Amino acid sequence: MSKQDPKLLLQPAPLLRQGMTTPAAMRDVWLALLPATAAALWYFGLAALLVLVASIAGSVLTEWAFTPKERRAITLRDNSAALTGLLLGLTLPPALPLWMAFVGGAVAIGIGKLIWGGLGANIFNPALVGRAFLLATFPIAMTSWTVQQGPAEFFTVHASNLTAPFMQAPVMDTLSAATPLGQMKFEQSATPLWDLLIGNTAGSIGETSALLLLLGGIYLFLRRDLDWRIPVGIFASAALFSAILYGVDAERYPSALFTLLSGGMLLGALFMATDPVTSPVTPKGAWVFAIGVGFLVVLIRVFGGFPEGMMYAILLMNAATPLIDRWTQPRVFGRNKGGSA
Amino acid sequence: MAISSKKMNPYDEMMKGLWRDNPVFVQVLGMCPMLAVTNSAINAIAMGLATFFVLVGSSFLVSSLKRWIPKQVRISVYIVIIATFVTVVDYVLLATVPAIHKELGAFIPLIVANCLILGRQEAFASRYPVKLAVMDAIGMATGFLLAMFALGSVREILGEGKLFGVSLFGDNFEPWVIMILPPGGFITLGLLLLLFNWVGERKQAFIAQVAEAERGKA
Repeated sequence: MSKQDPKLLLQPAPLLRQGMTTPAAMRDVWLALLPATAAALWYFGLAALLVLVASIAGSVLTEWAFTPKERRAITLRDNSAALTGLLLGLTLPPALPLWMAFVGGAVAIGIGKLIWGGLGANIFNPALVGRAFLLATFPIAMTSWTVQQGPAEFFTVHASNLTAPFMQAPVMDTLSAATPLGQMKFEQSATPLWDLLIGNTAGSIGETSALLLLLGGIYLFLRRDLDWRIPVGIFASAALFSAILYGVDAERYPSALFTLLSGGMLLGALFMATDPVTSPVTPKGAWVFAIGVGFLVVLIRVFGGFPEGMMYAILLMNAATPLIDRWTQPRVFGRNKGGSA
Repeated sequence: MAISSKKMNPYDEMMKGLWRDNPVFVQVLGMCPMLAVTNSAINAIAMGLATFFVLVGSSFLVSSLKRWIPKQVRISVYIVIIATFVTVVDYVLLATVPAIHKELGAFIPLIVANCLILGRQEAFASRYPVKLAVMDAIGMATGFLLAMFALGSVREILGEGKLFGVSLFGDNFEPWVIMILPPGGFITLGLLLLLFNWVGERKQAFIAQVAEAERGKA
């Protein structure tokens, strides 16, 4: 019996291996985000690209700086830090000063992920931690939206993009615009659904094109990278709550379809709420989590001070995830509900 | 109660409060004023000095009176002594710097409940001679003051672009609003704790390395 050709192969479990590794999962998400990112460049031009690059640079550099030398090669190669940077960048306004995007990326990885012990140990979605920090820190810059300039003016970069680090962005005048959610909240005017669907609106870099985001979500579902219960539950509960409100007063409240297609709903539900690290592992827990997110989004959007509530809804349910997981633990085979044999 | 105090050096008792047993970065005591009033360097220093006076005064008094304080009611007695000094500080601040007094607000009376001060009475002043107790209080209070100043200056520089009200970066500075809000206090304190522990760890590693080298030579 030689070592090369053993008659009896003994090895520890797992005996069946799947190709699902961290780098592979990250690659899938990158691919899924590609169409929406391309649309962002089409609509917002070079400015959007620069913001994305700055945010990714902030994330990757922080990951590099605060990881022990021996582990750098592994943690950087799985592209998870860069993905966090990309996800954060997609939630930022296109005219944001680049240094703020960089700070956001650094906070996302530093305070959102590494401080908890690195990939898989964080409680909150890192990209959203970065965004929440930026929104609380630079509230004006984070809510200054621009109109889409389209591919004809691809090389237009906003003056505010190139603000020197730690300096205030110049006030935007002609280019500023309101997002569909802002118009809904402050002027009670609904943007046509077709514009929301193809992304022809003002808004964060990657949130405008509902159709392409859905395409990416479907790809992730087919690759089994996401738990379908979470987006479905979010859409269902948000649509239901929103439809009830719409039934009460159609003048004041948005319709269910508007709720689903506007703002960060799709980006958040498909790419952020489904983060396997920060969402419940049990199927029942996933439903609870998703329904909570959907309910909170509408609650914050309609009754809260902010026009958009996706970020806080997901972060709040992230905080509840350990509890949900404990409540929804399935019965262990061979034991009764109390856990005894 | 008399633990041999002859071998204890007053200087060492003072210095331990600055670094090795720093009340904020090592013992993590006195968090309430630490987080609440450090939104500017001047507030932080005012609170640090107030705490300094209260801690040193009450350590002195508690240590002097320890023989006559009945064990059963000692905590109440400490609180009365501390509250006396807090009242003094309260009125002194009101008379001299009313603007700062107004900004510190309820947090001056709350010095009574600062567990750093009560902790030093229970753990140190009530067990050691007056000289040691006062030196310990000076060290602890200075450590607290330095930590307050560190946190306050970081938050003021980032949150307003100023230090002691003097603009550092010109008019175009973009203030980090979160830094003067409560979350900024928590984040900055956490990061300073991280830094403090990291430096401490490096120091330990360095000492170990030097010891290793010494042994190698011998």
